[in-house]
Amino acid sequence: MPIRTMRAGAVPRTTGSPGAPDSAPGESGTTAKARARRAGVRGEGTWGWLFVSPMVLVLGLFLVLPILMALWVSLLHWDGQSNPFSGQADFVGLDNYRALLTQDGLDRTLFATALRNNVYYVLLTVPLQTVLALGLALIVNQRLLRGRGALRTTFFFPSVTSSIAVSTVFLFLFQGSGSVNTMLSWIGIKGPNWFADPRGVLSLILGGLGIVDPERPTGVLADHSALGLSWFEWLSGPSVAMCTLIVLAVWTTSGTFMLIFLAALQNIPRELEESAAMEGVNRRQMLWHVTLPALRPVLFLILTLGLISTWQVFDQVYVMGQGAPGNTTLTPAFLSYSAGFDNADFGQGSAIAFILLALILILTAFQRWALRERGASTGRNR
Amino acid sequence: MTATGTATRDRGRRSPGGRVAHDRGRPVLSRFALPWRLVGYATVLGLGLLYLLPFVLQLATGFKTDPDAAAHPLALLPTTPTTAAYQRLLGLSQAADGVPFLRWLGNSTLVAVLVTAGRVLFDSLAGYALARLRFRGRSVLFGFVLAVMAVPGVALLIPKFLVLNAFGLFDTYTGMILPLLVDAAGIFIMKQFFESVPREVEEAARVDGAGVFRIFWSVVLPMARPALLTLTILSFQGSWNEFTHFLVSTQSGQYETLTTGLARFVSGGLGGGTQYPLKLAAALLSTVPVAALFFCFQRYFVSDANAGAVKE
Repeated sequence: MPIRTMRAGAVPRTTGSPGAPDSAPGESGTTAKARARRAGVRGEGTWGWLFVSPMVLVLGLFLVLPILMALWVSLLHWDGQSNPFSGQADFVGLDNYRALLTQDGLDRTLFATALRNNVYYVLLTVPLQTVLALGLALIVNQRLLRGRGALRTTFFFPSVTSSIAVSTVFLFLFQGSGSVNTMLSWIGIKGPNWFADPRGVLSLILGGLGIVDPERPTGVLADHSALGLSWFEWLSGPSVAMCTLIVLAVWTTSGTFMLIFLAALQNIPRELEESAAMEGVNRRQMLWHVTLPALRPVLFLILTLGLISTWQVFDQVYVMGQGAPGNTTLTPAFLSYSAGFDNADFGQGSAIAFILLALILILTAFQRWALRERGASTGRNR
Repeated sequence: MTATGTATRDRGRRSPGGRVAHDRGRPVLSRFALPWRLVGYATVLGLGLLYLLPFVLQLATGFKTDPDAAAHPLALLPTTPTTAAYQRLLGLSQAADGVPFLRWLGNSTLVAVLVTAGRVLFDSLAGYALARLRFRGRSVLFGFVLAVMAVPGVALLIPKFLVLNAFGLFDTYTGMILPLLVDAAGIFIMKQFFESVPREVEEAARVDGAGVFRIFWSVVLPMARPALLTLTILSFQGSWNEFTHFLVSTQSGQYETLTTGLARFVSGGLGGGTQYPLKLAAALLSTVPVAALFFCFQRYFVSDANAGAVKE
């Protein structure tokens, strides 16, 4: 049956394709008859296109078209005032991209700073949220634990609330004299002034060990630079302010990932665990040699989902810092927005958006490719 | 703590009796020894508090005065309870400066309702066509949907503004709503569901002489109630919490929603102690509808988290 429909479908395509540009007169001839036969008497073809037309219109007009327009604008020097498609705006070719990547200057320094901040954000958030989510899932999966349902709800709830609302709560909790610092003072720690502290955490640690002087870095680290940032600036780690964003991200996303882990845990064949128990393994062995290997595909999925989503951090940055203090909470997504809307440099903003888009699409393509490989190989084994 | 310990032990003692019935509920390994069990419960309790406490503090602070909130950020009970923040938000006393909360609420409701209605209708139409109708270009379109799902929203901030500006839709309700009316993930969910409906149902209706639209509308769609409910909830949650699209599609105060309004209000001052009861009360009220939906239909949120994990 499927083969027959495919054959029937192939006939009008081969006859119809050459005449496609001027298909209007040919429509009444053999092509139309063949198409009617292919689509069946019910006119499925027409209905099909009718059904998908809202989708095609909306996604085409507000997703594909914007990307094409932005590609054009990223080649312009445009301040948002004139019509960018009338030829009044300066066409500057790849200058916007050059200013970000190769030319020494403020644009490149800002972009490199944003990249550095986001790299540290990714490096800390992804492992922490994955480990925490796995831990939560293991807890909620304990069959004899009381109140499992309530716990699951509690852990998951932050994930469904608005990012703006929870960011507001975190602003309150991490104030200079806020709840978190009060708690820290109970154990004798004087908490930092979180949102106003631009010092890098790694540089603080290195400074504390007496290896470098964070105030006046010297030597190799200060003398070399990449993309307009000195090695010291690259290596100084996430700022104290950025750490609050990381805590927020880990706190809000761990619930979602916990549920994915939980579903996978419940899919582990019980026979597998029972036979392992029969051989007398203890809990740690069970976790390392039975549970974790069975979770490996999901682990990969969650790591890559985290990797993709952490490069898109925006809402929290908007509420909690807008780049301050000292540009240490600046991320590429926010830089793109502020280049356009605050500095009226839409060409530059579009160029940043495209670099970010390319980065995320590469990560997504890698994820889909890797998961597809795995799906195919397990299919063969089965 | 001890009460919990004995309660679980009782349950543990009872379970061998009901072994046959509860076999799958029984753990594979023996239980933790009692001291470990207590440590475990303490850890779990601590973790639970970590997730709950921010919301509890948010609730408590909303009923505090500004000086009280600044002086006792951890107090669970306000020293001088007041509903001033809520009265100002709801317009019962003098309106809060720059916080037209009821307008934000109205805008959010309007947008969320229309977007949800649009998504439920258009996503199921497209999902049905991609799952069941045979037409040329179908597989290309499905590939397009999958590609769209990969495009990150934040890379589209300036691009979306450009298009809305070019169409004259910037700073209008149309510009806020229209681009959100269809979402690729919703289409994907509906397509998955429609593929699970047995073909015989449609064949029977076809024999009775029903046309394509009639089969979809009167036969298949009523069967899709669970999927439609999931889609409704996710669409409502998504459009209620939407921030970036409204940020780049509007600029005047009259179009501010709960997210854009609150974000502008909150991100203004970095100094401590400024109007936190008001800010937290506004954040709390803006969370209530989604929270209510969550507690009523948690099952469907759960299936969403897994839908994200489903590979094409």
